[in-house]
Amino acid sequence: MNAELIPAVLFYLFAGVLVLSAMMVVASRNPVHSVLFLILAFFNAAGLFLLLGAEFAAFILVIVYVGAVAVLFLFVVMMLDIDFEQLRKGAWKSLPVGILVGLVLVSQMVMTAVNWQSLPTAGSSILSPAARHAAATNTQAVGAILYTDYVYPFQIAGLILLVAMIGAIVLTLRDRGGVLRQNINSQITRKASDVVEVRKVQKGAGIS
Amino acid sequence: MSSELIQTYFPVFVFLLLAIGMSGVMIGLSFLLAKQKPDAEKLSPYECGFDPFSDARHKFDVRFYLVSILFIIFDLEIAFLFPWAVSLGAIGMFGFWSMMVFLGVLTIGFIYEWRKGALEWE
Amino acid sequence: MEMTSLYPVASEIFLACAGMLLLLWGATAGEKSTGAITVATGIAFIIAIFMAGHYETAKAVVMGGHVGSNAYVLFIKVLLLLSALASLVLSQHFLKSSKLSRPEYPVLVLFATLGMMLMVSAESLLGLYMGLELQSLTLYVLAAFRRDNAKSSESGLKYFVLGALASGLLLYGISLIYGGSGTILFGMLHEVVTADKPPVELVLGFVFILAAMAFKISAVPFHMWTPDVYEGAPTPVTAFFAAAPKLAGIALLIKLLYGPFHGLLAQSTPIILVLSVASMTLGAFAAIAQSNIKRMMAYSSIGHVGFALVGLVAGGQEGVQATLLYLLIYLPMTLGAFGIILSLRRDGVYLEQISDLAGLSKTRPALAAIMTVFMFSMMGIPPLAGFFSKFYVFLAVVEARYVWLAVLGVCLSVVGAYYYLRIIKIMYFDKQMEGFQRVPGWGVASLLGVTVLFILTLAVKPDWALSITHDAAKALIG
Repeated sequence: MNAELIPAVLFYLFAGVLVLSAMMVVASRNPVHSVLFLILAFFNAAGLFLLLGAEFAAFILVIVYVGAVAVLFLFVVMMLDIDFEQLRKGAWKSLPVGILVGLVLVSQMVMTAVNWQSLPTAGSSILSPAARHAAATNTQAVGAILYTDYVYPFQIAGLILLVAMIGAIVLTLRDRGGVLRQNINSQITRKASDVVEVRKVQKGAGIS
Repeated sequence: MSSELIQTYFPVFVFLLLAIGMSGVMIGLSFLLAKQKPDAEKLSPYECGFDPFSDARHKFDVRFYLVSILFIIFDLEIAFLFPWAVSLGAIGMFGFWSMMVFLGVLTIGFIYEWRKGALEWE
Repeated sequence: MEMTSLYPVASEIFLACAGMLLLLWGATAGEKSTGAITVATGIAFIIAIFMAGHYETAKAVVMGGHVGSNAYVLFIKVLLLLSALASLVLSQHFLKSSKLSRPEYPVLVLFATLGMMLMVSAESLLGLYMGLELQSLTLYVLAAFRRDNAKSSESGLKYFVLGALASGLLLYGISLIYGGSGTILFGMLHEVVTADKPPVELVLGFVFILAAMAFKISAVPFHMWTPDVYEGAPTPVTAFFAAAPKLAGIALLIKLLYGPFHGLLAQSTPIILVLSVASMTLGAFAAIAQSNIKRMMAYSSIGHVGFALVGLVAGGQEGVQATLLYLLIYLPMTLGAFGIILSLRRDGVYLEQISDLAGLSKTRPALAAIMTVFMFSMMGIPPLAGFFSKFYVFLAVVEARYVWLAVLGVCLSVVGAYYYLRIIKIMYFDKQMEGFQRVPGWGVASLLGVTVLFILTLAVKPDWALSITHDAAKALIG
């Protein structure tokens, strides 16, 4: 087979499966199947990233989206007692509006793609890490600038994750009354002399 | 897209083919070799000899979701550690300390979770 | 890296550190510490104002070009911090009496304010997005803060889903712009995006960004979430929503219009014009039918956004100055009106329905009089500050030869006057209802005093307001 042909075949394979599975996410009747198709879509998008030479983005997609986000989706969809049939009922009514919005977006995309002309300065001013660090692997190229040149957005990302933690706890954590907890500190610092008392017991009198 | 890259990922491709082939063979063989006697009763839900009382979907305690959301947040944090580890030699002390500050912010979040008791079950 | 290169973000770094310390304090000391943490957060805001005033006056771009400072950004930051401070004062008693008194509340307000400050000081599209996301995420949580109440949870969820959609539009626009120009830095975009035949992908990308910004400032037709979210969120949170994020959003919009996308003004002005006319119209007509005072305030704020955008249609330094002046006057008006709402409590429930105001002039004459001042000011009756702000935007737009827009704006002000007058009529002429309990504490009362004083005296001595808005507009455009 021609070496030029392999990437093209792989691209159409990944892109085709991606589009089909994305359609199945919307169309399948069982929401659990929808999430499974979503995972398939993520995998194929990761394949497309690989073909572009963006390995880091591909692996993050698999680790974060497939490994964590999609699993959480599945968890929510399987556990919540939502009548999905009921949710679906009104969907047909909003279909025309949806198609209209979709058509507008598609026509805009086509218009942009046809008339696309990058600015002459675009090539030289490009910020892409892969362009600047041609020899390094993708992950190295990202690492070389993310923590130094892009330290500002990076630290704000840390703050956003912090706020996400606070938000998750504020909105879901409840104090349960009457729960017995193990307090290791008080267990260790407890002394026999504080809690055990030795008394002389008189015969026949007992202890009060 | 260079053919070099494709060669790098060739073993992955082989594994992918093997995985698809193996699972196809397993499902296909059990389909072909096993006895097939379909019956409506075999598909019906069954609960200790009764018809099921309710749907399998219940309201679950929100604590389960809290654990998984916190997991996702730390998973994202790990994602930032990969390129840092790979390129630590090239980015010097500034890169090192910038990650330390990032981890410091998230450690504060971790201490907050701990003190709040979000990591305890009962 | 030298320390001086951190000066433009000195107040933000201080606020981030303070927020984390207060978070740990709250987690350690528990719910009883909420009052002390709220006071500490307020002090942190005041310190941040002084730090910003001391370190962030120079024009500078630092941190790889992602963030910077100048007089315009400083002006907005100080206003943001003041309105965050005011919303904390407003929340004090409400949270205690609604059993929402948790140390996370002031900390979340602090992080939301930090996000808005980062948003307006951003000098790259990436910095902009990160700041925007920090403030949005925090605001979603604040909207759902009363988590046991179905309406509050619903408002948080609604805001989150639609806000995520807007963020998606914003990112799509940013990617188109980066694809076409190869840069995300405002400084470089300012140079390469020229009015002479801009490429289609840049224009489309900027339209997506404008749509996302219109969502954040709730301009029509991207306003759908506003009434529901304002109604469902706890009232001090609604007051915060009506003030700080609106200011930050419009300030950022101005910065985008005159900074990186200066070359696209010819394409963006018609969009601003449509947003402005639609917002004024909807704000004037839809508020009439409301019976819930928070929903009415939501439509009123949509209308005010429309009037503020009129200044941007006029454009130029005068137009931007008029918009900034409008915002400067809008903030105390709206915070003061929410101060009245938060001073009226009956059987442990704060004011929700407009009809509950009936006969307020008999039971609480002082509050009724102050509310009347706010309502007249919002209508734009001279000599109150609200007249002044409307006068300046219409003046700017007439000078820019959009006379019809000024005429339309005045007509819509008259329509809008109806529902403000209705509140006054209900307070003074309707049959008296059972009196309200006195809300203790000096906080809300002093806030009301300051805002009323501002509105009454601005027309007498407007020079300082004109001069600071002039300096801010000049720093951006001049």
